[in-house]
Amino acid sequence: MLYLELFIQGIVQGSIYALIALGLTLVYGLLRILHVAHAALFTLGGYLGVIVTNATGSLAFAVVVAMVVVGLAGMGLYKLAYEPLLDRPPYIALIASIGLFIASEEIFRLIFGPYGLSYAEAPLQGQFELFAGFFLKHGEALAIVLSVVLLSGLAWLSTRTRTGIAWRATVSDPEMAEAFGVDIQKVRYLNFFIGSALAAAAGVLVALLNNLVEPTMGSVPSYKALAIIVLGGLGSIRGTLLAAMALGVIEAFGTIYLGHLLDRDAIAFAFLILVLMLRPQGLLGKAS
Amino acid sequence: MAYEITLLTTMAISVLFALSLNFITGFCGQISLGHAAFLGTGAYTGAMLAKAGVPFLLTLPAAAAMAATLGVLVGLASLRVRHDFLAITTMGVGFLFLGLVRQQDFLGGELGIAGIPATGLGKIGFMALCIALAAAFVAFSLYVRRTWMGYVFESIADNEDVSRVLGIDVARYKLAAFIIGTAVAGVSGALYAHHFRFIGPDSFGFVESISVLAMVIVGGIGSVWGVAAAAAVLSVLPLWFQVIDDYKLLLYSALLFGMMRFAPDGVAGLLRNLLRRRKAVTP
Repeated sequence: MLYLELFIQGIVQGSIYALIALGLTLVYGLLRILHVAHAALFTLGGYLGVIVTNATGSLAFAVVVAMVVVGLAGMGLYKLAYEPLLDRPPYIALIASIGLFIASEEIFRLIFGPYGLSYAEAPLQGQFELFAGFFLKHGEALAIVLSVVLLSGLAWLSTRTRTGIAWRATVSDPEMAEAFGVDIQKVRYLNFFIGSALAAAAGVLVALLNNLVEPTMGSVPSYKALAIIVLGGLGSIRGTLLAAMALGVIEAFGTIYLGHLLDRDAIAFAFLILVLMLRPQGLLGKAS
Repeated sequence: MAYEITLLTTMAISVLFALSLNFITGFCGQISLGHAAFLGTGAYTGAMLAKAGVPFLLTLPAAAAMAATLGVLVGLASLRVRHDFLAITTMGVGFLFLGLVRQQDFLGGELGIAGIPATGLGKIGFMALCIALAAAFVAFSLYVRRTWMGYVFESIADNEDVSRVLGIDVARYKLAAFIIGTAVAGVSGALYAHHFRFIGPDSFGFVESISVLAMVIVGGIGSVWGVAAAAAVLSVLPLWFQVIDDYKLLLYSALLFGMMRFAPDGVAGLLRNLLRRRKAVTP
């Protein structure tokens, strides 16, 4: 019974990880940049979710606003920060990204204060009985449902539409795609919009589950999402989903059984290092 | 006077620590996002031994040995994974170190270790030792750059596969870079512990790893003098800017981003370009 509960907790956490990490994978697949500042967009999504919900009283509206605004912010970030660095060695963009991320945490702290914000009336705090004796919060159920909906939408977009096909073509071979008339620049903007919007959705969900947004809410997810995309084999979407779920579940069990030895975050990285030593190309990555 | 002594000691320890990362990242091209773990290993080793009554000067080689042992493990990992994978692996090592230390009661857990005994050298003597060690490592770094080992490092940093084709034992040299770099980081950790007489897990986290990487990058990756100067200035910058304490980290991170965005070769690169341009103007 305990096993099943832990497993479901792991899946809830895993779906949030998946939403965050997917954007990161999309950016890596296209530009080969480890986009640490992605977590800043996640935090922005969380703040917007709380602010808009408190102002209008509608969580659904807040989710949409957060996703659109953060998506646009992601496009701006690409234009401002990454585009000029594309022909530099990859660690330059990585460190620039870390700089941006720390700066963003400081800006959130200076504007909204160090203690964060909460919902005036937190929505979806009730719970229901999933099966005998096991309760799931409405927010947790929403996390799973929203992830499935968004990820299915993404799968539909990338396999069934012209835009999606152009996008996948660019990921697998940018020069060839360009020769076939794909507007690479447009694809990159779209990529940042979608990835950032997914992170914003995750931000709103985390804000809902904790009923709190704070300046540093992005730091743990940012490093953990990096671990997830590396685990998944860098740039592999299926690998990322698998790694996100695996990590969610392993953390849920690890905190119970290894908690006296390692804290939660260290368990994630112990798992990461273990996998990389056995499979340097990640869980589903292709050997180079 | 006491204030200046503290300032100079802090500077010297930072220079030593930054140059130890420069040895791995600058010379040998192996990126590390978890270098603070080695500072921490050295600091905890030094602190535990000092509290057990071991004389200060003996704690230094012990700290070096402990940090280098961990360094060998990470060096072995660097033979398995490269580039971005290595960056994330080293970051993982940093978090693993923190996670382990936080949960161990004999290491003080979250609270850390207080009451580390004095070195017995006096404040001035300790400062002189730190400066001497930093100067010695500056000299050693400059020397290594001119040796066969230095050339091999450069070739590995430039292109690992080509080096291998040329018949260079890449694995051996990478491990050497990790051992030397992490051992020196361990020494600076033991110095750090004796300087502040208190250590806690938060002093060796991700921000510390990034700060030291910032010193290396702002100075100019691989440039010994550039990195030493950047470490000296950046380590005491927060003390000079007490007024802007609340904006300290913002300034630091903005500097990091601005440097990457506009001058990715660091201060050393900027100076080099300036000199080259002047030469080009005067025939």
